[in-house]
Amino acid sequence: MILAAANLAFSYPGRASPVFSGVSLDIAAGEVVCVLGPNGVGKSTLLRCLAGLSAPGAGSVLLEGQPIASLSRAAVARLLALVPQSYETVFAFSVRTVVEMGRAPHLGLFDAPGEEAARMTEDALKTLGIGHLIDAAYSEISGGERQLVQIARVLVQAPRLMILDEPTAHLDFANQARFLSLVRRLAASGLAVILTTHAPDHAYALADRTLVMSPHQPPVLGATGEILTETVLSGAYGVPIRLIRSGGHVACVAELDAQ
Amino acid sequence: MRTSVTRSLATILLVALPIILFLISFLLGRYPVEPLTVIKVIAAQFLPIAQDWPPVVTSVVLDVRLPRVLAAMVVGGGLAVAGACYQGVFRNPLVSPFTLGVSAGAGFGAAVAILLFGERYATQACAFAFGLLAVAMCFAMNRFFRLNSTIALVLGGVIVGSLFTALLSLLKYVADPNSKLPVIEFWLLGSLSSVTTADLVPVIVVTVPCVAGLLALRWRLNVLAMGDEQARIMGVEVARLRLAMILLSTLIAASAVSISGIIGWVGLVIPHFARILVGPDFRRLLPATLSLGACYLLIIDDVARTVTAAEIPLGILTAIVGAPVFMLLLGRGRLGWA
Repeated sequence: MILAAANLAFSYPGRASPVFSGVSLDIAAGEVVCVLGPNGVGKSTLLRCLAGLSAPGAGSVLLEGQPIASLSRAAVARLLALVPQSYETVFAFSVRTVVEMGRAPHLGLFDAPGEEAARMTEDALKTLGIGHLIDAAYSEISGGERQLVQIARVLVQAPRLMILDEPTAHLDFANQARFLSLVRRLAASGLAVILTTHAPDHAYALADRTLVMSPHQPPVLGATGEILTETVLSGAYGVPIRLIRSGGHVACVAELDAQ
Repeated sequence: MRTSVTRSLATILLVALPIILFLISFLLGRYPVEPLTVIKVIAAQFLPIAQDWPPVVTSVVLDVRLPRVLAAMVVGGGLAVAGACYQGVFRNPLVSPFTLGVSAGAGFGAAVAILLFGERYATQACAFAFGLLAVAMCFAMNRFFRLNSTIALVLGGVIVGSLFTALLSLLKYVADPNSKLPVIEFWLLGSLSSVTTADLVPVIVVTVPCVAGLLALRWRLNVLAMGDEQARIMGVEVARLRLAMILLSTLIAASAVSISGIIGWVGLVIPHFARILVGPDFRRLLPATLSLGACYLLIIDDVARTVTAAEIPLGILTAIVGAPVFMLLLGRGRLGWA
């Protein structure tokens, strides 16, 4: 087990009701876990708690068996890497410079990345099909390309668990499909992946297990095919949702108001 | 391959320029000295060379011009590096090493010392101490109110800065307008005109290790400049690293101000200038900033002491010379900010 979280709850200071509570989640090497739920249900906050960036109000997060709060940031970063939903840079760093930063947890305080990091960076960018962007300014590429650059940074960081917050949000339809294949490939190579998404289809396409967070019901975690029923999805999102199955694929369609 | 040629050219230029300017600066001034004699006088300090020049030349080169030339380079290079680090740490192009109140605190400290002691070493020590005190107050305020954000720290600098500026005005108001007030005013405008080796030694002792520390940490500054959250994700202990960076930069700025008075502009604009030349990566930016800052203030100080009989204060010249040059660069090049 790479990461095991039990009974997590999180409340913002000064607010009575918690954003979420009773979330338990664990993940092993090569597994993909998807987190689904409507806006504002606390998916991003949960990911931040799992990555040790926010302290949960209750519950525990164990990373390779150790409480995450007891580990140094560098030790955490060698085991897990998060790709947040959005990131702005002030400086026009080159893509190469940004991706090389993934080596930070592996280097001493006064060290800078050398030839090995340069090679890893070139390989990672090629793997993701964006080798041509290596000298481009990170601030001048598109949102989707930045997403891929961040994934490249994770590959260079070489963690055991990758946590992605809505990775498909900035991608067009084709790139979404390519991205799903990429996550599958990475998982097949042994990387554990936790991701949030607004598309239940992606959970069906990718995830071994899915965590569904609903505003008024306790969170449920289970094998994707078993847990993502029309009833659970409709309940979580508050609109009637139908599943359409065809040739091994599952598509989720929301019923529109008849008018 | 054109970029790599440009790169090496820029590197050669940034290494050679300070050395050339350093040597040229000894030739400038009222007392004419031959270039070869300068090299001989300096070399005679380390090598057994028969003295074939008048003793007054030794004095002009070593006691008058050397401390001044070194001071200009140390102060200029130091302020520029401190400015680049502040801009990186705060991720803000408008930030300078004086943003957290160093200059306001130092100005007040110098005025206190001028009024109470009227003695140069006390002025230097007081300016240094109050410069550090101002920044410490920003951090104390941040800690006390648990603000924990860089924007709050910058706003703290505004508050502390105005407080010390007001206190300085009060001192100026009560200072004797015939004797003390002009001394305070002239100190605030910035000058290196009467720097001696004894003034310079403590500044070098503080500045050189701090600049070396910042240079050693410069790749981490790249990571920190990506933002707190990103840096933490990449395994950086953000609060600790930021504190170390600000502490080192502040020590540099406070010791620079303590010897030269308030010389603005260098710490704000030289980092931008360097960014246009070598790009935003701190691995190249910080050494470039060091070189350009040293060269820039050296040129300015050479101008200050040669162009007119009465010296023009440096704080005025840095802006008058720098503004049009920077405007040109701004129009032609890219700033390196998103």
